Amino acid sequence: MSTDTPPPVQSNKLVEVVSGITVRLAGDSGDGMQLLGTQLTNTSALAGNDVATFPDFPAEIRAPRGTRAGVSGFQVQFAAHEVHTPGDTLDALVAMNPAALVTNLSDLRPGGLLIVDEDSFEAKDLKLANLSTNPLEEPWTENYRLAKVPMTKLTRTAVAELGLSMKEADRCRNFFAMGMVYWLYGRDMDATMRFIKAKFSRLPEVQEANERALKAGWAFGETTELLGTSYQVEKAELPPGKYRNIMGNQALAWGLMTAANLSKKELFYGSYPITPASDILHELCKFKNYGVCTVQAEDEIAAVCAAIGAAYGGSMAVTTSSGPGIALKAEAMGLAVMIELPLLVINVQRGGPSTGLPTKTEQADLLQMLHGRNGEAPIPVLAAQSPGDCFDTAIEAWRIATQFMVPVVILSDGYIANGAEPWRVPDIAAMDPISIEHPTEFNHGDEFWPYARDRNLARPWAIPGTPNLMHRVGGLEKQDGTGNVSYDPDNHEKMVKTRAQKVANIARVIPPQKVNGPESGELLVLSWGGTYGACHTAVTKAMDAGLSVAHCHLRHMNPFPANLGEILSRYEQVLVPELNMGQLRMLIRDRFLVDAIGYNKVQGKPFSVSELLDKICEMAATESNKLCESKAG
Amino acid sequence: MSSELPVLKASDFASDQDIRWCPGCGDYSILAQMKKMLPDLGLPQEQIVFISGIGCSSRFPYYMNTYGMHSIHGRAPAFATGLRVTRPDLKVFVITGDGDSLSIGGNHFIHMLRRNVDVTMVLFNNRIYGLTKGQYSPTSPEGQVTKSTPMGSVDHPLNPISVALGAEAGFIARSVDSNIKHLAATLYRAAQHRGTSLVEVYQNCNVFNDGAFSYAQDKATRADTTLELEHGKPMIFGKNRDKGVRLNGLRPEVVDLSTGISHDDLLFHDEQADTALVHILAKMRHPEMPEPIGVFRDVEKGIFEDQVRGQLNTAVEKKGAGDLVKLFASGETWDVE
Repeated sequence: MSTDTPPPVQSNKLVEVVSGITVRLAGDSGDGMQLLGTQLTNTSALAGNDVATFPDFPAEIRAPRGTRAGVSGFQVQFAAHEVHTPGDTLDALVAMNPAALVTNLSDLRPGGLLIVDEDSFEAKDLKLANLSTNPLEEPWTENYRLAKVPMTKLTRTAVAELGLSMKEADRCRNFFAMGMVYWLYGRDMDATMRFIKAKFSRLPEVQEANERALKAGWAFGETTELLGTSYQVEKAELPPGKYRNIMGNQALAWGLMTAANLSKKELFYGSYPITPASDILHELCKFKNYGVCTVQAEDEIAAVCAAIGAAYGGSMAVTTSSGPGIALKAEAMGLAVMIELPLLVINVQRGGPSTGLPTKTEQADLLQMLHGRNGEAPIPVLAAQSPGDCFDTAIEAWRIATQFMVPVVILSDGYIANGAEPWRVPDIAAMDPISIEHPTEFNHGDEFWPYARDRNLARPWAIPGTPNLMHRVGGLEKQDGTGNVSYDPDNHEKMVKTRAQKVANIARVIPPQKVNGPESGELLVLSWGGTYGACHTAVTKAMDAGLSVAHCHLRHMNPFPANLGEILSRYEQVLVPELNMGQLRMLIRDRFLVDAIGYNKVQGKPFSVSELLDKICEMAATESNKLCESKAG
Repeated sequence: MSSELPVLKASDFASDQDIRWCPGCGDYSILAQMKKMLPDLGLPQEQIVFISGIGCSSRFPYYMNTYGMHSIHGRAPAFATGLRVTRPDLKVFVITGDGDSLSIGGNHFIHMLRRNVDVTMVLFNNRIYGLTKGQYSPTSPEGQVTKSTPMGSVDHPLNPISVALGAEAGFIARSVDSNIKHLAATLYRAAQHRGTSLVEVYQNCNVFNDGAFSYAQDKATRADTTLELEHGKPMIFGKNRDKGVRLNGLRPEVVDLSTGISHDDLLFHDEQADTALVHILAKMRHPEMPEPIGVFRDVEKGIFEDQVRGQLNTAVEKKGAGDLVKLFASGETWDVE
């Protein structure tokens, strides 16, 4: 692609080649840190690195400026090899103010690069951050490579000729910081220049100012001695194909649209805004010309009910929420179980209970999804493992829903939802279609039985408008076959068992569970959902260190894959790391009588690789912890 | 088209299910008038869907030989909204009660009305909870003694017509279970209306709240206690059509027509009036005033599903039909060899 910006990556300075970098950008929630992080992610992916991100922001829209509560961060790891997490410790931290510095410093590795805007360390800034002294003047700074950059003044100077107000000029400060970071890691500025042009096309002065700030930041890195060495991260070896960056919520939306396409259905999406699920609604709203019909309902209950109404009419019906909203949807989900219609319910989990930690991640809704309804109301549950995997999970869930005539739950979480990774663009033409049949004729002599069963125990999906097949569905127990209301005790038990068997039968069509690592051994790490990256990375490191460890990552939470029990029996110990108090562990113990050990964290934060590795070493390195420490660390 | 359709009878709309309402329940009359009215719509059974919530009234779909869904408490409007948006070819009825739609379902009730989804909603109002055996409802009068209000209800009752007006509903009507001609005609008009049409039906629960509306039901008294609204006509009522309603300032008052007051002095009913008059009608309650029955309001306005689907069509016109292959290849992509 042609460019009118200077070739940026040919620095005259010393360039060190490294295999990967973890950097966090932290500032006030109005400073544009999320934008900066997204740009760095895209640019790094375009450069051929594998990337993983972790945006972390406060629940308050604008917490008081400069305070610790208002700090917004964006972490990205980019590497010349496959990465599955946004990284544990930071190689570099950019802190735009004192509050951002003190709340993020503990994650910076000793000797790491710390870049601060020294203009933001005035007395008033320190006071806002609740600091009595200037941290930059304290001895701890010797542990890091500290670069004090007058970013505010330099940005003002760079945009001085454009006649912007001071406030407008200062808003370009994030692009100055971006320029420095781009210089530091040899990033190409083209994509960001295109972004600036598109975003500020109606504000030419602002566009010009941001471009200047970006270039000035880059030039600052190149011309001063302050940042020292720059780094180069080679392209990662990924499977061949066309790639793009994708975020979890976006991938879910695109997966839903693809599932609709594969099943030749209109997508109906009923939703009510809730963090961190709202971006699925925002994404789907853009695609009305794809036949995506979205309704922002008056509440969570109406959202799921409207979806069920659409399912009754024959559409692909979806509703999404997070834990508190799912709690409200529970009764209607039970109705969907009872009337046996396909429906997707997506839970993008966040910290709970109740309102909990809206912008932080947790995995604590597993039991809610499995059991959070009245009566015996089994629902299949699938969990996505990464941003890109949300796409495939959505399609598989819809396949199951229509094949078995059941509502299906998809579990995601805030970490996956807002995280991004390179995604290999799939070939839709090569995907198996999802075939759906709506009956048009009697299925029982000269009658239509709405609760007749096929070999999956699924009932026929006859839709209104079909002559002669008029029938009534509802939440009252139905007589087997005819679908008439029935209070017969034996019939009720039969129907309860049939609904349960129908869900259990799904285990026949899902692929057998795979294990990464040795087929048997000392320790099996059993994980699910968004902890995939950290668990995979930790187990891989442990295996490299010679430990007898394998990793089994579940997508199918209900029913479990048919071979799971057999897998569990092959290992001496089973470790179940979860961002909850042990929900999968409880199920595993209950279902398989395996004495699984939990590793549980409920801090609103994802696992770090190192903490998992420590636990694995503690359990598996029976002979020598030294081996573990020396090779895995 | 319609000439090709077989002519349906009321019995064609009856399902094979036994009806299990209490003997003497007003619901029977509403069911009968619905079945009687439906053939006049000229629609085959398969194009009609009845959706209900929970309560005695909400068993209604099981008794109809149409498509139907007996859903969950108070949420029928939401199910109906999802169905209408995706299947505008279907005729959708919502069957609900005063507890179902005004208490637990109050939220969905107002939102369906303000969105103006093309649904005909029949609200069976018996001023009591029947299925849960006799607790007071949002329309029970203050002071009503029930199982849950042994010292009398202290809640101020909700007036469904006023709530519907507040939600800017396009079609609002009221009828009475025992006034079968009026009921059938009102249901027919509601079903013909494009947009949400609400019919409140005074319905007798002879087990838990017998006679709550006897003044409006009894043939002997109803001519004097109710006022049949007729578009463009003066408001006259009474067995001998000797009483009228006129406005005194902003207050309605009953006048005796035998004293020389002319028809021109009376209030004239205007179904399209977007004025305070319709609110005044909604507040006319027995025994101070005759209670209006018939169509309070009938105005056309934008229909929710038309607009939702219109946006889908406009998007296709502007951007062309969506192409996932193009979408996935859009934006910043790169190739790995």
